[in-house]
Amino acid sequence: MRRATTMPVFAPGWRPRWGSECLILAAGGVYFLAAAPFIPGLASWENLGNLLSNLLPLLVIAVGQTLVLIAGGIDLSATAIMAVTSVAGAMVMRGVPGHGPVAALAGVGVMLGMGTAVGWGNGFAITRLRLPAFMVTLTSMMFFSGLALWLTQSQKINGLPAAFNALGGNLAVELILTTAVVGLTAWGLGRLLAGRWLYAVGHNPRAALISGVPVGPVVMAAYAFSGGAAALGAVLLTGRGETGDPVLGRYLMLDVIGAAVLGGASFFGGRGGVGGTAAGVLFIKLVDNSLSLQGCSHFTIMMVKGGLILAAALADGGRRRLAGEDQGGRA
Amino acid sequence: MIEFQGIEKRFAGVRAVGPVSFDLPPGATLGLVGENGAGKSTLMNLLGGNLQPDAGSMRLAERPYAPHGPAEAMRCGIAFIHQELNLFGNLTIAENLFLTRFPRWWRSPFIYRTGLRAEAGKLLAQVGLELDPHTPMDRLAVGECQLVEIAKALAGDPRLIIFDEPTSSLSTREAERLFALMAGFRRQGRSLIYISHALGDVLRLCDDLVILRDGLVAGRGPARDFTIPRLISLMAGRVPEATAPAPTPPREPAGAVALAVRGVSRPGVVRDISFELRRGEILGIAGMMGAGRSELARILFGLDAPAAGELRLHGRPLQGATVRERVRRGMAFVTEDRRGEGLCLEASVADNLALAALPAFARGRARRIDRPGLQAALTPVKAAVRLTADADGRAVKTLSGGNQQKVVLAKWLLTKPGVIILDEPTRGIDVGAKCEIHELIRALAAAGTAVLLISSELEELTALCDRLLVLNRGEITATLARAEFDQARILAAALPGERSA
Ligand SMILES: Nc1ncnc2c1ncn2[C@@H]1O[C@H](COP(=O)(O)OP(=O)(O)OP(=O)(O)O)[C@@H](O)[C@H]1O
Ligand SMILES: [Mg+2]
Repeated sequence: MRRATTMPVFAPGWRPRWGSECLILAAGGVYFLAAAPFIPGLASWENLGNLLSNLLPLLVIAVGQTLVLIAGGIDLSATAIMAVTSVAGAMVMRGVPGHGPVAALAGVGVMLGMGTAVGWGNGFAITRLRLPAFMVTLTSMMFFSGLALWLTQSQKINGLPAAFNALGGNLAVELILTTAVVGLTAWGLGRLLAGRWLYAVGHNPRAALISGVPVGPVVMAAYAFSGGAAALGAVLLTGRGETGDPVLGRYLMLDVIGAAVLGGASFFGGRGGVGGTAAGVLFIKLVDNSLSLQGCSHFTIMMVKGGLILAAALADGGRRRLAGEDQGGRA
Repeated sequence: MIEFQGIEKRFAGVRAVGPVSFDLPPGATLGLVGENGAGKSTLMNLLGGNLQPDAGSMRLAERPYAPHGPAEAMRCGIAFIHQELNLFGNLTIAENLFLTRFPRWWRSPFIYRTGLRAEAGKLLAQVGLELDPHTPMDRLAVGECQLVEIAKALAGDPRLIIFDEPTSSLSTREAERLFALMAGFRRQGRSLIYISHALGDVLRLCDDLVILRDGLVAGRGPARDFTIPRLISLMAGRVPEATAPAPTPPREPAGAVALAVRGVSRPGVVRDISFELRRGEILGIAGMMGAGRSELARILFGLDAPAAGELRLHGRPLQGATVRERVRRGMAFVTEDRRGEGLCLEASVADNLALAALPAFARGRARRIDRPGLQAALTPVKAAVRLTADADGRAVKTLSGGNQQKVVLAKWLLTKPGVIILDEPTRGIDVGAKCEIHELIRALAAAGTAVLLISSELEELTALCDRLLVLNRGEITATLARAEFDQARILAAALPGERSA
């Protein structure tokens, strides 16, 4: 048989072979090295431990968001799910007699179940009722943040079982839980049927449907996962604060989406991954941490962080052009 | 008119075109031919301002010409009718035609709607499309969209019109209409560049020819100096094995009924369609544009629901089965809209190829993908459609149009379908590869697959099919056995207004 068609093999020019995660990771590294001499305490073990424990809950939530972004959607309700599961879990744990491990287990179960259910509901409304993702998750964000406040009359709920608090308060436990979830998700995205389907649905839902992909269930699963991940984040943070907090995660939404997008996820779907999101989370939390060590106010941090995220995104855009990932203009 | 001087284009360091030098005299019609991926579309994208060259230059009417975008090319009088449709389904025909130049009330930002309708009507009349300009685009068939594209190109009153495979979605008769239009443009003194894999048409329509091979000019000269075999050998750089579709040897497809269709109707689309498709049979569907061929295919594949009628797959009813269930039960569908429905353009070639067959390679409760197994299965399928083996990691959108079509075909071959519906399967595929795809379709049938073939090319249908249905305005007007295949008879049955027995 003759040589297969075309594509002349000329010497390929130089092009970067690394992805978004490497670039963002490198940016984080450069930032750290540059800032460390000027910010005393940044490189101390204690601070690094702090940084790590701050980063883990965000990582879990952002990984959930990443799945939704890959499917071509967006989940604005993630932080509201955190708040409502936090108070619901706390109420259940206070209600179960004994305050022991049984109560803790019931609390965690309720939180995860509720988060997943709410996420699944979002997905259902989006796929079955054909409502826009933005609207569905925006309204559910409003509803569930309201619900969390209404349930508690804006009061925090104290007196949670010690077994539960140990989950979020213990760095080793947190680390194991997060690594397990994040690692399994990364593996699943690349190796499982569901993972490959998720990317296909994000790229072109019509082509996916015709190829026999159950588009609706895949999208619903992504939202359910995001809800579950938000609830797991809430378990860690609630345990750490030892209180059920009706405004838990109030400032997190932009960090969550920012981290995923920095790591290569796109609002148009089909792109992104766990590694990239992890790098994005690390970058954002590093900036946060260094600025608060400097004694900056919340608002200054927001402004600087916005600028840095933009700069990182610009750099990644440049990388894509070099790598030929964005050679548009195909007719 | 236009002159290329050492023009060159690279993608991420890999040269796609060039260096290419040739010129086109004013008022002439240039035919541009070459295999899939030879660089035809890329060269025209340079001319049309969609891409910028990496080296070399162009001259337009004796003046340097370096467009920065399609809008600039338009202003210079160059119109480009792309290989793939670029229309907005959610807008009306008129809005699509005047997207960048709406008629306004004086210079205000308000659109002059009456004027819009009148202007759009005029343009549509020029291409012979009798439709209300305010019809939403997504109601149109692909062939009609093609005509709208041409009307859109005319809106700027261009000096040079580039046609990139305009006939690939048109039936013979509609193509003839297009050729008449082109003749009209020539009389008006416009230059034309015509890209097509239908070499007979190219020889007939063009004054000059340029043959591209692997991005370089492999031959050029007046059209009368060329013959089809010579063109093919220049395109391929070797003497071809087979060129014209050889007819399927007569045989008895006596397999069991694979797909039974009884009384299927859908208002405004198809009416009372009944036929049986047997295992090992190639059943063709002929018809004009808008006769309901693709619509019927969509109903069979479960993308649209029939209002009445019954479908059975291998004797078991298909009622209410989703697309996914159909795929699982061995149905496959190569759609005519490869970009919208056939491919995930941003995803890699390998991911696209694997998509439909993935469940077959998922192992265990967790449905883990058996990657070595998948990889091993991909290799022969890619070879079967002559896709380059090294294409795996590339995004599908960076393949040439014809190679994208091969990806869609290969994707379904991988599922080893029992019933395959092919809607224009060789659209945009070069002559050599087309013959091999015909062989492939025959091999599929010989292995027991039931094939339903929709095509606008009568030669393709008559060469491949065991039986032919002719669809006319949503109804079957003729069922012809192999011995009865006859151009005139098929056309008579396909033409609206006329009825054959
Ligand atoms: N955006 C892109 N990125 C990378 N490679 C590209 C891109 N666009 C085109 N190419 C490559 O350039 C070559 C020429 O492609 P082109 O689309 O011009 O072929 P063609 O002659 O129009 O083929 P066909 O008959 O199939 O339409 C191909 O090898 C193709 O893969
Ligand atoms: Mg092309």
